[in-house]
Amino acid sequence: MTDFFILMKQELIIMVIIFILLAIKIGRYRSNEWLLDMVNLLLLVNFAAGFFFNKEGMLFNDMFRTTSLIVLEKNILSLGILIISLQSYSWLKNHKHVLEFYILLLSTLLGMFFMISSGNLLMFYLGLELSTIPLAAAANFDLQKKKSSEAAMKLIISSAFSSGLLLFGISLIYGTTGTLTFTGITTHITHDPLQLFAFILLLAGFAFKISVVPFHLWTADVYEGSPVAVTSYLSVISKGAVLFVFVSVLYTVFKPISDSWYNMLFLLSVLTIIIGNLFAIRQTNIKRFLAFSSIAQVGFILVGITGTSQLGTTSVIYFVLIYLFSNLAAFGVVSLVSAATGKEDINDYKNFYQTNPVLSWVLAIGLFSLAGVPPTAGFFGKFFLLMSGAGQGNYFLITIAALNMVISFYYYLRIVKAIFMDANDHPIEKLAIPGFPKIALYMCVAGIVLTGLVSYLYDHIHSLTQVADTVPFIGK
Amino acid sequence: MNLIYLVPLFPLLGFLINGLFRKSLSKSLIGIIGSGAILASFIVSIILFNDVRTNGSMIVSYFNLLDIEAFKIPFAFQIDQLSVIFLLIITGIGFLIHVYSTAYMNDETNEHFGRYFSYLNLFVFSMLLLVMGANYVIMFIGWEGVGLCSYLLIGFWFKNNTYNYAAKKAFVMNRIGDLGFLLAVFWILAKLGTVNYGEVFASTVKFSASDITGITLLLFVGACGKSAQIPLYTWLPDAMAGPTPVSALIHAATMVTAGIYMIARSNVLYTMAPFTQTVVAIIGLATALFAATIALKQNDIKKVLAYSTVSQLGYMFLGLGAGAYTGAVFHVMTHAFFKALLFLGAGSVIHAMHHEQDIRNMGGLKKHLPITHISFLLACLAISGVPPFSGFFSKDEILAAAYLKNPIFYYLGAIGALMTAFYMFRLYALTFLGKFRGTEEQHHHLHESPSAMTIPLIVLAILSVVGGFIGIPEIFAPDAHMLEKFLHPIFAQSDSIKELHHLDRSTEWMMMGGVSVLIIVVIIIAWRKYSRTEQFVASHGIARTLENKWYVDELYDNVIVRPVTGLGSVLKNVVEKAGIDGAVNGVGRFVHYSSRQLRLLQSGQVGNYILFMVLSIVVLFLVFWNQPQIAHFLEKIF
Repeated sequence: MTDFFILMKQELIIMVIIFILLAIKIGRYRSNEWLLDMVNLLLLVNFAAGFFFNKEGMLFNDMFRTTSLIVLEKNILSLGILIISLQSYSWLKNHKHVLEFYILLLSTLLGMFFMISSGNLLMFYLGLELSTIPLAAAANFDLQKKKSSEAAMKLIISSAFSSGLLLFGISLIYGTTGTLTFTGITTHITHDPLQLFAFILLLAGFAFKISVVPFHLWTADVYEGSPVAVTSYLSVISKGAVLFVFVSVLYTVFKPISDSWYNMLFLLSVLTIIIGNLFAIRQTNIKRFLAFSSIAQVGFILVGITGTSQLGTTSVIYFVLIYLFSNLAAFGVVSLVSAATGKEDINDYKNFYQTNPVLSWVLAIGLFSLAGVPPTAGFFGKFFLLMSGAGQGNYFLITIAALNMVISFYYYLRIVKAIFMDANDHPIEKLAIPGFPKIALYMCVAGIVLTGLVSYLYDHIHSLTQVADTVPFIGK
Repeated sequence: MNLIYLVPLFPLLGFLINGLFRKSLSKSLIGIIGSGAILASFIVSIILFNDVRTNGSMIVSYFNLLDIEAFKIPFAFQIDQLSVIFLLIITGIGFLIHVYSTAYMNDETNEHFGRYFSYLNLFVFSMLLLVMGANYVIMFIGWEGVGLCSYLLIGFWFKNNTYNYAAKKAFVMNRIGDLGFLLAVFWILAKLGTVNYGEVFASTVKFSASDITGITLLLFVGACGKSAQIPLYTWLPDAMAGPTPVSALIHAATMVTAGIYMIARSNVLYTMAPFTQTVVAIIGLATALFAATIALKQNDIKKVLAYSTVSQLGYMFLGLGAGAYTGAVFHVMTHAFFKALLFLGAGSVIHAMHHEQDIRNMGGLKKHLPITHISFLLACLAISGVPPFSGFFSKDEILAAAYLKNPIFYYLGAIGALMTAFYMFRLYALTFLGKFRGTEEQHHHLHESPSAMTIPLIVLAILSVVGGFIGIPEIFAPDAHMLEKFLHPIFAQSDSIKELHHLDRSTEWMMMGGVSVLIIVVIIIAWRKYSRTEQFVASHGIARTLENKWYVDELYDNVIVRPVTGLGSVLKNVVEKAGIDGAVNGVGRFVHYSSRQLRLLQSGQVGNYILFMVLSIVVLFLVFWNQPQIAHFLEKIF
């Protein structure tokens, strides 16, 4: 019984937080400010609790399992939600439905935790659904904006479709292998065309969630319409969670057919990097721009996944952590500006430096890191992804990736240039930065600087993936 | 020994202090902090230089940038004969230019002044990282850093749109080069699992011949971007939009020589790749000639110097390609002296002329700016290669090596040297000799610059005159080439690989003497022609006196000047505008066009999105149904 509490510790904490919030909802609460202080405190506790009393093991006939690597992945997501919550302070302060917003967000986080811990396709599917459906509701949280409703509608319809694909794939897998457990599938999977088709359906489901070209079309519309908090959540947390599962499923469950998926990923990563970049170049809305640039970033992650399992897993997790800091730094500034002035056009940011030097530097550092300019963490993140990909000897892919990295320098730095160098008679006025968002931004900047330089972190992840690699994933 | 970290630390501190407190510090304090930081680095560099001279090279590792099982990338500094020379150039000339800037930028507001100095310090910091790093990754970090600072400083006066355009162009051009560099680093890492210079050069046997050729060519692409070689040179003349001291520091003395440093550092690889060496030599020579012809025609004082810099960098690459690594480094050094001096002199002129840069509106500045005039003249003599000024020794060493590589390289290089002498003395004569051609008001305000500007000029002038004596060639005095002896450990491995040839003495005397005489003749021609040119320019005023001289000048013009300058303008207008700019813009247009077409997919209709997804799945399935054939196909292609 104690095993149950310790192994499911992180899920239980989230559930407790959700219940606390529900209890507050039934009672009365004083003000939004009080509530936000409270929630942020709980999220901080949640994040901190992730570091204590960890144990590896499995529950419910391998429906649920946890390892040090999985705990680390959950901690990364907890950190992300904490930062996003701090950043959204100004937006939520005046919102009528703060509680509901957090309940929705935390439900999705719970779903992601279950998904990451799943050892069975059914469990995985349930977790995935729980992490998607509430998000569609959250995407609609700018209640008065039509675009927000449109984003929610598009998200729910296309998610439903991708879930359908996944379910179809899962049922074909069950039909051909007779099992849903990951271990069982590994032993039975072959190059049988029907199983290959099932795999492609599963791959499409994953590709949809992490917006890999050509399954990315929903991304820009949804990112643009949703409130910035939801957009950053979608682009960092949801994507990160699905990536974690994607990597482990590819390297463990579908290891026997890795020669097939290697070429698929090769093709998809080339497409994703190139098309993501081409779209990003033309964007004028900064949120849409970040959406497309995040597509290209996923393309780089796929390059890393084409590597060998340990290096691939390590570099992807490491990159997701860096990407979390960098993207949230950028989104944090954008959300402050958008909440205060409603301005989201890149041209509005011209000469931003004159009025808001601190925010300008944060945004610039975030963009530098996203672009991968050394010595920011982003450079090291991309460096490892490319190294991992290079390990397979596919220099064509590395060349394409490096070429696109250089193209992306251009469009990320175009914004930096607008901020620091372009003349503008009416720059965005000086913004007051409330305490919480400020803390969040400093956290991001510290993360960008430190994650790159402290190589202990990479080694730590590396040692964890090593265990995951050598010990058969599902023990006992 | 333990002082090494201080060298980059001082400029970094200067950057932080000036950057953070620029609003509260006074201008004089900002100037003292900015220049003082570089002076401190310079003093430490001198100590290091003495240390290296007695104890040899040293590598100090501080921590690991990356420390994983597969490989380590230490954050380490390598202080050896090569890097210490660059340290002295960067901090020494950097210090003079900082001092100069305190006066030159004095009209700026307090905040701008502070920002300028913080960027300048950051630049020096990055440049120091570039040359001090003990592996290619640190070099790359510095490489990106100097690019960024150059971008910030070119666009420093950001109110003006063309300045921004210039900054952007510099940026894009440099990115193309960076790609080459980055790929080369990946290649090395993939083959050897290390990027530390010492380990890479010690394990070259692990490379196949095609590896070495590929790596060196990619590195050279990087060098072309940074050091403004064909076809990536066009940004450098545009970069003249930045403040003049910036041009002196970044676009003449230091950053643009980073490519030469990189190749000199990798000399072992280049010596093992004769094909690449030939490419380097040809590109260098072509750039040297091409830029020199363009410089003949320019009327903007800074543009002449910019093209001249491109041309001189071409000579350095010619030297590298011919295997004269010492000669190239030597020329980097002497060029840093005289070109920084020329730019600072030009800045002094521009300062006196109230931001006038057109030499057609100058003339006769000799009496008004005596110190600037003398120092500028000495720099012109040095760059033209008149013995015994510094440029003579370094250029001669490169040309001699070019002769050994291929006599044609030598003859073309010598023609370039004659053009150099011609355009420099055209510039000198039009600026300082003859009568003043500017407005009354400008004439009234003409003044010599303050001592903060003239003292650096004097120091650099002395260096330009005597700087060549550290590399006296064999034939004057045996064993007098101090630089070669000093640098010998760096290039020893290369020397052991290649066969050493020597020119016989009489050939070398002939070449040296012949070229020197011709250069002096060209200087006299240019001097005579352009010190009288004011009548030309003001032809509607005193047309009659003009006519008498036309006979001589016309003949001379038609036979020599016009064909050459005509070729210059053709090259500039046709080849550069249509060919190179066209290609660069064309790539941009293609990218924009394809992204416009792709946009049609992004229609906003969810139904279409889903349809597209289904089609993609079908395609994926069809493709991978035939997995073995596809794999075979892919293998064939890549």
